[in-house]
Amino acid sequence: MEVLANLINGMSLGSVYAIIALGYTMVYGIAKMLNFAHGDVIMVGAYICFCAVSYLGIPVIAAVLLSIVGCTVLGIVVERLAYKPLREAPSLNVLITAIGVSYFLQNAALIIMGSDPKSFSSIISLPALQLFDGRLTISATAVLTIAACMIIMVALTLFTGKTKMGKAMRACSEDRDAAQLMGINVNSTISMVFAIGSGLAAIAGVLMCAAYPTLMPTTGSMPGIKAFTAAVLGGIGSIPGAALGGVLLGIIEIFARAYIGTQLADAVVFAVLIVMLLIRPAGLLGKNVSEKV
Amino acid sequence: MSFKNIKPQTRSTILTYAIVIVAFIAVTVLDAAGFISNSLSGQLVPICAYVCLAVSLNLVVGVSGELSLGHAGFMSVGAFTGVIVAGCLTRLGLESELLLFVASAIVGALAAGVIGFLVGIPVMRLRGDYLAIVTLAFGEIIKNLLNNFYIGVDDAGLHFSMQDTASLGMQQGTILINGPKGAVGIDKVSTFVIGIVLVLITVAIVLNLMHSRDGRAIMAVRDNRIAAESVGINVTKYRLIAFTVASALAGAAGVLYAMNYSTITPSQFDFNQSILILVYVVLGGMGNIWGSIISAAFLTVLPELLRPINDYRMLIYAVVLILVMVVPHLKIYQRAADALRSRFSKATPAVAAEGGEADE
Repeated sequence: MEVLANLINGMSLGSVYAIIALGYTMVYGIAKMLNFAHGDVIMVGAYICFCAVSYLGIPVIAAVLLSIVGCTVLGIVVERLAYKPLREAPSLNVLITAIGVSYFLQNAALIIMGSDPKSFSSIISLPALQLFDGRLTISATAVLTIAACMIIMVALTLFTGKTKMGKAMRACSEDRDAAQLMGINVNSTISMVFAIGSGLAAIAGVLMCAAYPTLMPTTGSMPGIKAFTAAVLGGIGSIPGAALGGVLLGIIEIFARAYIGTQLADAVVFAVLIVMLLIRPAGLLGKNVSEKV
Repeated sequence: MSFKNIKPQTRSTILTYAIVIVAFIAVTVLDAAGFISNSLSGQLVPICAYVCLAVSLNLVVGVSGELSLGHAGFMSVGAFTGVIVAGCLTRLGLESELLLFVASAIVGALAAGVIGFLVGIPVMRLRGDYLAIVTLAFGEIIKNLLNNFYIGVDDAGLHFSMQDTASLGMQQGTILINGPKGAVGIDKVSTFVIGIVLVLITVAIVLNLMHSRDGRAIMAVRDNRIAAESVGINVTKYRLIAFTVASALAGAAGVLYAMNYSTITPSQFDFNQSILILVYVVLGGMGNIWGSIISAAFLTVLPELLRPINDYRMLIYAVVLILVMVVPHLKIYQRAADALRSRFSKATPAVAAEGGEADE
């Protein structure tokens, strides 16, 4: 029973990682950049939701929507101001800019909200699920997180597979120049990806803080790094890969915490990644592209 | 022979050493004249340490062309090994501070070099962003492991445990490393002079490597791996050389950094620290050693200079970072730069010779 409970906790945590990793992987796929500020968008999303609920007294669902809208706008603005001028620049410059954006968001949050942790009292007030005569309790947050991850996953797959915008995204990530020649507006497609990624980050932020209710300006950075790891584990650039990598990482982390020790859990997670990459250098579902000479 | 007739490479080497020495003399003179505030003089040794770290990371990122996000990990290996060595030597009755530092730095550098070599073997199988994430992972693993190390020394020798200080089984020894609380009671033997000497040694090692046959092979691998491989360069070997040397130098810098404080904790050497060092390298110009020196020194001092506006200083730091990256790519800036260049067209060749050599 304990194993099952851990498994469900792991899937719940993994679903949060998966949602963040989806944003990472989509941005990487299309813009070929590691968006290190992505983790901090999560934090911003959680703060917006927190402020809306506790200071403005808005109902939870409206607050979540507000936070999604806020993060989407933030994503588009950041992309326009900081990343768009660097389209043709070397990737390291873009990376440093992303780090700058990350510092900026963290410190802006520090100035506005203060450094003391805000207690994000559970916004999901549904009763927990009792199974096997109460021997297994599944919190409503866990159920909701896993469900949200699945819905997002299916919706994104349909979106990239069926819609015109989604096809444009895939075309851009395949070959940006050729896509432009085919009449695809590359700039607006990239903005769209940032918008979707940041909106997802807002959802992840709310779900994460529902499960681990402390909110600080640095809340987003470690989940951001782990989600990035998850995206690489699944094969960066691949949407199902990101979801799979995220869930796997969450399960590994929870099991490592339970059976190896809280202190070493992170080390185990990263060790798994390294071993994985040595066996399959392109990640679980990534394509191994050979270099043309 | 006039200065202009020297090879550009030699000129840039002389310039690099000159920057360090002039900076040293200037700071010493200013300090003697009382122009340097207390908080700034406390930053002198960390500046030297960061310069060493930036120069050594430049060997990986700029010269070898690999993005490494775990440099702070090697720094911490050096730092903690150095602390252990210093603790043991003090116990054995070594009194000379200089000898204490030299011994710690050498062992720290060796330890970091060995770890760098071991990490490098699997890492060098990967490329690009995958390599970056694996170095990040190794940095985090090193930090996590150090968080669980408990090491003490008594008359019977070194004691090691991964549980707590009680399980070290020592009666009256000194605890050197105390898990997440880190190393406490370090002898503060680092001085500005030692720091400058270490900077000079680091710069000398990196520049000599760059200008050697091995260095040219490393740069050939960076510029075109496939072409380099096809002319018989052992790609993995040369990437590994750069990575290992850089790790060892980071270890030495870690010792310098650690011995400036009485306490250090493993969590100080986290991902953000690695990123900070990377920022120095990119802002200074990749593959450009004196650029790394200047940017590391300037960016370490910058938050200090911004102290009067304490609350906003990291925000401003972030904005400066973004602007430095973005502005050169803005159309307005490029147009202005072109206009300026055509105006002073006589100056153009000299500028090109200065900057062109360090470019990829």
